[in-house]
Amino acid sequence: MAISLKVNGEDKRIDADPATPLLYVLRDDLALNGAKYGCGLGQCGSCMVVVNGEAVLSCMTPVMLMEGREITTVEGLGTIEEPGPLQQAFIEMQAAQCGYCIPGMMMSAHALLRRNANPSDEDIRQALGTNLCRCGTHMRIMAAIRRAGELMQAAGLPAAGEGRTG
Amino acid sequence: MRIIRAFSFLLTLLLVAAVAFLFVAWRSEIPVDEQAASAAHPPELVAKGAQLAAVGNCIACHTVPGKPAFSGGLAVPTPFGTIHSTNITPDPETGIGHWSEAAFERAMREGVDRDGNHLYPAFPYDHFTWVTPEDNKALYAFLMTRQPVKAETPDNSLTFPLEFRPLLAGWKLLFFRKGQLQPDPGQSAEWNRGRYLSEGLGHCGACHTPRNSLGAEDVERHFAGGEAEGWQAYAIDENSKAPVPWDAESLAFYLRNGWHELHGVSRGPMAEVTGNLSLLPDSDIAAISIYVASLMGEPSPERLQKAEQLRAQFGGGRIIQASDSQTPPAPAASDHPGAAIYQAACATCHESGRQQPFGGLNFALSTAVHAPNPQNVVNVTLFGLPPADGKASAVMPGFAAMLTDRQIADLLAYMREQFSDEAAWQDLEAQVANTRSGKYHVAVRPSDGIERAPHNVGAKEE
Ligand code: FES
Ligand code: FES
Repeated sequence: MAISLKVNGEDKRIDADPATPLLYVLRDDLALNGAKYGCGLGQCGSCMVVVNGEAVLSCMTPVMLMEGREITTVEGLGTIEEPGPLQQAFIEMQAAQCGYCIPGMMMSAHALLRRNANPSDEDIRQALGTNLCRCGTHMRIMAAIRRAGELMQAAGLPAAGEGRTG
Repeated sequence: MRIIRAFSFLLTLLLVAAVAFLFVAWRSEIPVDEQAASAAHPPELVAKGAQLAAVGNCIACHTVPGKPAFSGGLAVPTPFGTIHSTNITPDPETGIGHWSEAAFERAMREGVDRDGNHLYPAFPYDHFTWVTPEDNKALYAFLMTRQPVKAETPDNSLTFPLEFRPLLAGWKLLFFRKGQLQPDPGQSAEWNRGRYLSEGLGHCGACHTPRNSLGAEDVERHFAGGEAEGWQAYAIDENSKAPVPWDAESLAFYLRNGWHELHGVSRGPMAEVTGNLSLLPDSDIAAISIYVASLMGEPSPERLQKAEQLRAQFGGGRIIQASDSQTPPAPAASDHPGAAIYQAACATCHESGRQQPFGGLNFALSTAVHAPNPQNVVNVTLFGLPPADGKASAVMPGFAAMLTDRQIADLLAYMREQFSDEAAWQDLEAQVANTRSGKYHVAVRPSDGIERAPHNVGAKEE
């Protein structure tokens, strides 16, 4: 079945079984390999993307539900030449160890920072409660998210990457 | 002249009635006990009190999640307005630090505070009246040895004229019977112990028995199913909709562990209950289970036969198979609009065969899907089961951000049709919308205890 999607601000048309998980479409059809397959069961958060401003697990989201919605993946947060504030902050804080969990962490953080650019540690823990990291770099991830909030406020951005990603 | 006489007669009558009522309503103050908070209590008594407080689930109402235990202030919504739980730490000014044991005992037995005010029956003294003096002594010792916390209880906001506490004497006249529970000599000691714990301190009926329009438990429909914090407290009498009927053994396992392989995990306010019960000895858990199972009665032969099938299909010893990225989702079982959503979003876990409590329960076993009111499955679909912090727990993602109200309604209608023989639920979409918006208030908290969980991760509050 032909399905139209809006991913990182671009319109895409793909051909897929309607029940295919969004994660497979992103990785296999659109070559957006940022979102990772961890468990496929909605229990690890490595496949997290943002849909209409909210964090969603793409491994269990049937692609048919995504018609007309705006999807943001980690690739939508910036480019290598011009990293967005979240990406900048994760680099500055060297928050990745193996990095497998990081795109998911960043997307949960992105949804949080859109609502609240100055989150408390408790807010961050809460928002990232379903994101697992096997390497244990949680403290650096926390620091990076706090830093991203600062960068955004300094840049006068109302919320992370708004406009670029919808 | 006649009119004036009649009028003054009426006035006198009214006055006499008012005085009589105040006489019935009036309770004396029990004097301040300056030493109460500093008195010593034997450690065994305090330990026993800790267990009893766990049975009573005192912490759940008397603690705002994330704030110090027992310091009160939790807003309890009722059909009559909002009541705030009180501070029951031994702080002399804002807690019960000046309460003598007699004052504590009277509050439990009669629902009257130290000053002589009637308490609202949100404090379940209709159950606590049955607690024995020895158990009250232990509870008192436990509470008076907690860390005192200075925390003022916020004012209640109740519909007029319920702020006027003497009126509660009228409520008590109608619905409250003070007294001790007489053991039933025709039943075993265990059964009687179970009844004492469940009907008294455990106050199971406060949630599991429906309430009448004045907020009192409908004694005719004891354990026929009620409501708590936006969750359905299922019927635990012969109306139980559990596909595999409960028995004393499965109930005991569930209460002990917070899950059972043929029933799923406890969640909502029941998660607090099973969490608390971990302090209890096995013998008490067994007693409660024997008692409650006896009220559920013997299931019909058809139910038992169906249960046998389910047990064979889903009982222990199955192969655990996780999904992997190479397995394409199975095609939807029908062209019901909810079928494809179910297949893609739910079946990967709920039909994976992974065991409880970490795998998804097959919905053929789910009381939620068979229950008369879909509220619990609406809550879990929207808000999921938030993970506990730093320990293994059941976890399920919420689908609020992924699914629209209409899509959730389709999904649940499909599940109802597919997994149960019950009649379709009505007005699902509106119920989902009201739950999502917070118009219907639901408390959703992580499963690992009340003190840790400052957030209601359910619908937006206010
Ligand atoms: S891959 Fe989606 S939650 Fe683990
Ligand atoms: S950095 Fe390796 S899993 Fe998080």
